[in-house]
Amino acid sequence: MTGNRNARTREDDRPSDTDVSDAEGERRLLATWATPRTLKGVLSTVDHKIIGRRYIATAFVFLILGGLLALAMRLQLAAPEARFIGPDRYNQIFTMHGSTMMFLFAVPVMEAVGVFLVPLMIGTRNIAFPRLNAFSYWIFLSGGILLWVSFALDVGPDVGWFAYVPLAGPEFSPGKRADIWAQMITFTELAALAVAVELVATILKQRAPGMSLDRIPVFVWAMLVTSFLIIMAMPAIMIASSTLILDRLVGTQFYNPAEGGDALLWQHLFWFFGHPEVYIIFLPAVGMVSTIIPTFAGRPIFGYLPLVMALIATGILSFGLWVHHMFTTGLPRLGESFFTASSMSIAIPAGVQIFCWIATLWAGRPQLKTPLLFVCGFIFTFVLGGMTGVMVASVPLDTQVHDTYFVVAHFHYVLIGGALFPLIAAVYYWLPKVSGRMMSERLGRIVFALIFLGFHGTFFPMHFLGLMGMPRRVYTYQPEMGWGGLNLFVSLSALVLAAGFLLFFIDAIRSARSGPLAGPNPWNAPTLEWATSSPPPAYNFRRIPVVTSANPLWDNGETLPVAGGLNIDRRELLVSSVVEALPEARESSPTDSIWPFWAAMATSILLITSIFTPWAVVWGSIPVAITLIGWFWPKGEPEDEA
Amino acid sequence: MIARRGVPLPALLALPLLPGCTGMQSSLDVGGPAAGELRLLIVSFTVICGIVWLLVVATLGWALLRRRPAGTGARTQRQLTWAVSLSVAATAIIVAGLTTLSFLATRSLGGGDGEIEVVAVGQQWWWQFLYPREGFQTANELHIPVGRTVRIRLESADVIHSFWVPSLSGKMDMIPGRTTALTLKAERPGVYRGQCAEFCGLQHSHMGFTVIAEDDVSYRKWLTGQAQPARPAATEEIRAGQAVFLAKPCAACHTIRGTTAVGTAGPDLTHIGSRRSIAAGLLETTRGTLAAWTADPQTLKPGTTMPLVPLTSIELRQVAVYLESLK
Repeated sequence: MTGNRNARTREDDRPSDTDVSDAEGERRLLATWATPRTLKGVLSTVDHKIIGRRYIATAFVFLILGGLLALAMRLQLAAPEARFIGPDRYNQIFTMHGSTMMFLFAVPVMEAVGVFLVPLMIGTRNIAFPRLNAFSYWIFLSGGILLWVSFALDVGPDVGWFAYVPLAGPEFSPGKRADIWAQMITFTELAALAVAVELVATILKQRAPGMSLDRIPVFVWAMLVTSFLIIMAMPAIMIASSTLILDRLVGTQFYNPAEGGDALLWQHLFWFFGHPEVYIIFLPAVGMVSTIIPTFAGRPIFGYLPLVMALIATGILSFGLWVHHMFTTGLPRLGESFFTASSMSIAIPAGVQIFCWIATLWAGRPQLKTPLLFVCGFIFTFVLGGMTGVMVASVPLDTQVHDTYFVVAHFHYVLIGGALFPLIAAVYYWLPKVSGRMMSERLGRIVFALIFLGFHGTFFPMHFLGLMGMPRRVYTYQPEMGWGGLNLFVSLSALVLAAGFLLFFIDAIRSARSGPLAGPNPWNAPTLEWATSSPPPAYNFRRIPVVTSANPLWDNGETLPVAGGLNIDRRELLVSSVVEALPEARESSPTDSIWPFWAAMATSILLITSIFTPWAVVWGSIPVAITLIGWFWPKGEPEDEA
Repeated sequence: MIARRGVPLPALLALPLLPGCTGMQSSLDVGGPAAGELRLLIVSFTVICGIVWLLVVATLGWALLRRRPAGTGARTQRQLTWAVSLSVAATAIIVAGLTTLSFLATRSLGGGDGEIEVVAVGQQWWWQFLYPREGFQTANELHIPVGRTVRIRLESADVIHSFWVPSLSGKMDMIPGRTTALTLKAERPGVYRGQCAEFCGLQHSHMGFTVIAEDDVSYRKWLTGQAQPARPAATEEIRAGQAVFLAKPCAACHTIRGTTAVGTAGPDLTHIGSRRSIAAGLLETTRGTLAAWTADPQTLKPGTTMPLVPLTSIELRQVAVYLESLK
């Protein structure tokens, strides 16, 4: 409709999608964008949907593995002085559980949902830098395999997911365990940073014409803020893990107090990343909630602007909280008080969001389908976790509960309640878009009941255990401590929680194979991803939609205006302006390539062998350079001549 | 007394939420003013946050289940804007109030100088306590006089540990290369259990200690006793046990003042028989546990730095009798 006029910046004699019939256009678009079903196709695809799906599936496999570790820990802790698991294995298990859940599940899965959904929600044909996206997945997979193969070989890291020095330093953790942890960090951060850069570029420059900043779906806003958080927070942990590796392998003394290093430096660097990390997980989840609620309330979100402002405010504040993980390290009182105030103030943007959601539900006509059930479970649980968050933000109060099971309860409330519940809601909500088939509403209710009850049965008593003096990260406790009864109850509840997840996975797999067909928009949702078929074709949209409101599918009815003029025989995207999303140019989108895969393999070999010899950095860079040259070799696109 | 301030009425509402949170290491089972202050803070926060949470959940339930009139107009939108704005304002006020409450607690907890100073050194996986003025050291058992402020200087010999006696005070980390401090004050005589609260390796789980708060007379008596060298062997069996101890590798790691055992890697054993527990709170001190610990430390506490020293059964009994005699 529009677009043609603005987008055509160069004369081009090849046909655009306005020159041929619909059927012919779709056939040729498919030929241009589809991934061949061969092994080479699998390894070279750059389709954001295939990579996003792969990323999500892999992350869920890590969730299952991390969950099994949690069950192993609950078995050991079910009775005092139990001897199912010895201290060495137990320390590996809780380190693996934390590292897997944070680095291999929570962050990747949220980014992966963004990789799949963002291009669809903003109406473009692929993510920006799609080859980097492919590279990111292979790096993530290598990092995960490195960690889990090490664990299987009994050299899994055993110093906690936070790897405090000097315990993780060369003197107290000889062997390769801590190196494997630190290098796994390098892998996952590299992968996360790559996706963050892609998402920022995609969101700022590839939005459908007319999707000005105030019409971006809230989930996309959340992914934008999250991506900026990743870009600003991850370098801190990469510096931390790299200096730790240098201390361990090359003999530097960053963290050795005997040689003028400082043990607390590690904690500052780690938590400067570690606290934003929580919001890197949480913000996409609230974006999901803000997207799901309007659909099931049947009305637009209440308070779009305050919600977006709250996301940005949370993102900014998240960099001013890290010291609240260090309230017991004897830092100056005045500084600590500042961090009490900043930590508590984050309750305000959180409150804004919660009140806006409740207002949306109040004003709408809520249909309690499974996604909304999980969203309600999320509000119930997350607000409770937020309350204990306010408690641990108080310096004096924290000196009693820090590093106890109270904190274990707190962060599982905010991470499972605050991020995993919305993620499950998102799976029920968007899986029909991914697979084209619905999940079971009946099973969904049972899954919700099991997970909700199992969760609270597992984690609520931990508040009491913490107040009763039970420290974290203990592989056992003595019978006279009086913690046995509650621990047994917790362990039994964990089985209920696990049963809920088992049923959830069964339902997801069953539905993807044989669920009822979904159609393009089963929930009557307002955002653009529902404007294309389920599952979407390789090119996402037959024509690029033109957006005239924040809820295009509700406000435009059946006939969404579209923009034409993109080439159909060559991968092309529409680039638009940052603020108003006015079409600016047609841009080539990279074709499939095997080089990102080889580059990821070369990088993995370099990183893994560098654990054993520093020379790997020198020799390993040669294959990396070769693969990168292959990757960036000129492709003969119009831009090359410009 | 701790109850000086009384428990505010709303705090009573929270009591059902904190069932049975008592026990030998509970932060709610208070033995001193600092822990009392902190318990009050915990209860106040729990009550206020609990009420807020109930309100939010009730509103959510109402929003979901309320009966809906036909049509919603601009009036509803305006009402909602007011409701949301007021709720956010209320959140800000509550948060500011809680922050103030927290600051006030920090101020009144103070810290400052104590009348007595003790040095606590965290070691993998036991506690070394030094009484600098009297010039002796002991392990895993701290004695303090009731009603007096004791300043504990906290150090670490290896990795980060955290000193925590929930019934008396909050925790404070022991960080290699730095010195931190904590004040303890007990209001009533008693035995309070403490435990390491920062993950410190294989036996983090078995790194407990006891604080014994006693009246001034008993405390002075204890100090005098501890400052003495080990009592001389009184019987043939004890003498034999001492000979075994000094001849075997035991003496390389442990000190028994008054003998030739001057090792410093492990706890000072000069008065081990007077301590309530061995192996950092793992076992009650009896002749049997001393023998068991000496015979097989790696099974009782896997990973402990105490090695297995091969002894014959007679030697083992003699050593246990000797150690037990070191009152």
